[in-house]
Amino acid sequence: MADRNHAAGLGTLKNKRKNVLGFMWKYKALYLISLPGLLFFVLFKYVPLLGSVIAFQNYNLFAGVTKSPWIGLEHFERMFSHYDFLKILRNTLLLGTYDILFAFTAPIVLALLLNEVRLVLYKKIIQTIFYAPHFLSWVIVSGIFVGILSPSSGIVNVILGWFGVEPIYFLGEDSYIRTVLVGSGLWRDVGWGTIIYLAALAGINPDLYEASNIDGAGRWRQTLSITLPALLPVITILFLLKIGDFLDYGFERVFVFQNPLNIQSSEILDTYIYKAGLQQLQYSYATAIGLFKSVVGLFLIAIANAISKKATGESLY
Amino acid sequence: MKYDSPGRKLFLAGNYMFLTLLALTMLLPFLNVIAQSFSSPGAIDRGVVMFWPVEFTLAYYEHVFQDVSIWRAFGISVYITLLGTFINLAATASLAYPLSRPEYVGRKTIMVFILMTMIFTAPLIPQFILMRELSLVNTLWSLMLPTAISAFNLFVLRTFFAQIPNELIDSSRIDGCSEARTLWSIVLPLSKPALATVGIFYSVTNWNKYMDALYYINDRAKYPLQVKLRELLVNEGMTDTGNMAFEASSQSVQGVQMAVILVATLPIILLYPFLQRFFIHGMMIGSIKE
Repeated sequence: MADRNHAAGLGTLKNKRKNVLGFMWKYKALYLISLPGLLFFVLFKYVPLLGSVIAFQNYNLFAGVTKSPWIGLEHFERMFSHYDFLKILRNTLLLGTYDILFAFTAPIVLALLLNEVRLVLYKKIIQTIFYAPHFLSWVIVSGIFVGILSPSSGIVNVILGWFGVEPIYFLGEDSYIRTVLVGSGLWRDVGWGTIIYLAALAGINPDLYEASNIDGAGRWRQTLSITLPALLPVITILFLLKIGDFLDYGFERVFVFQNPLNIQSSEILDTYIYKAGLQQLQYSYATAIGLFKSVVGLFLIAIANAISKKATGESLY
Repeated sequence: MKYDSPGRKLFLAGNYMFLTLLALTMLLPFLNVIAQSFSSPGAIDRGVVMFWPVEFTLAYYEHVFQDVSIWRAFGISVYITLLGTFINLAATASLAYPLSRPEYVGRKTIMVFILMTMIFTAPLIPQFILMRELSLVNTLWSLMLPTAISAFNLFVLRTFFAQIPNELIDSSRIDGCSEARTLWSIVLPLSKPALATVGIFYSVTNWNKYMDALYYINDRAKYPLQVKLRELLVNEGMTDTGNMAFEASSQSVQGVQMAVILVATLPIILLYPFLQRFFIHGMMIGSIKE
């Protein structure tokens, strides 16, 4: 009896599998079409991920991954005992913190302010201007900032000069470079960041405001009790993604502002990886740092996601 | 809202003022760049150029137009933007379509597999070694193939394709269309707005490409415009020398730099009014969570 059931069970399982395979065969063209795209992700995303094992080797271009000697965690130990590395990590963490404090919150505030604008034409024009800088490359953004911050002819120093301030070489001093980096980031992307929030704001049911009006709630009260709660899911999701990028401030946006005078404060993991890896050819060491960065990012996102799931019910997965 | 309290009026006035000022801080630096690119070296040097050219000159633009290497870099950027965007769209659409169809078994798993690449990215060096192994280093392919599909744009297109009714697709299949034919003649024509959005994102990315070229291109003859521009900004002047005395003596260089910045931005400025119609919509589709 039991045997029979077992056999029957196996039979349906077999049938089911056959059905699925038959179904897949019927739509084989779909799989064929998807093949190049899937190949892309395997080749350009997953193969280099596997290639990260060279972080545990003394990789040598001529020996390749298979024949290079394995040395365990040596590169990671070297990394943490290296004074420069700790300084660079500190720079990266500081920029990541400023990024969350300013670059993450500013678009939320700006979206709320834009949402109060009722003049349609004015709103349209101002949004057109706000979104535009996002389309400029970092090279161009740095060119513009270098120009306007120039100590001799830059418009910022000219204006400061009207108030009797001595010209400041913003890009040549350690103490200003982080401000310049965060500021140029805000300049380029703060408007762009509002788009998602504005979309969420447009989706709020107007009846809620109507009802709260009747209940005598003021604008401020409405913002706190209706608008912000409605934005919370979007804010949470974007915040989780941002946390995952905590060590990932971005290579280009920092590299284009670097010079020997500000390098002490502006060197971050990404730029250091480029210099150690592609300029000094310390392949394994640079990979170790890169792997460290990716793993920390993954951990941060997992932890933040777990906390958020418990606290707000929102999560990435 | 029929009657605004005095506090509300004050807030609105402040709000309009703040937003206008903010818009000016985004606009004025750019106007300053334009003004400087048309002003004489002396005027730039004296720091009197604000938002309108002083002692008008076209000298910088003549200099730029005579520099063959700038034109070559411009041409390379046009090439990787056109061909690259075509590759982007073909590769993205051909993966997004199967993933949008319920008949595709395992699409959920594949989506997770793709999402993972957004969260956990491979370090730079293994990517570089892969490019070496594929003999793509120092070719323009290195600027197009490794970025053929962006996961974000893939999700935008997939979401859009998924909204096309299955009945429509089934009926085309019944009429004897192959899947490729269905994609080409039914799905793509219906998805023009989404394709435009994604195409814009891709072409701006391709035009602005700098980092990949820095990593993979050593041959100066193959530099795209952004790398060339960066070279002009650094070599002839300010950021990397970090030398104020040198900077002061090379002011006429600043005019050239501003002119090149403008030339490199011009295609985007010209396209921007058309772009704007699409990208907002695209941002919203892309941010929909399943």
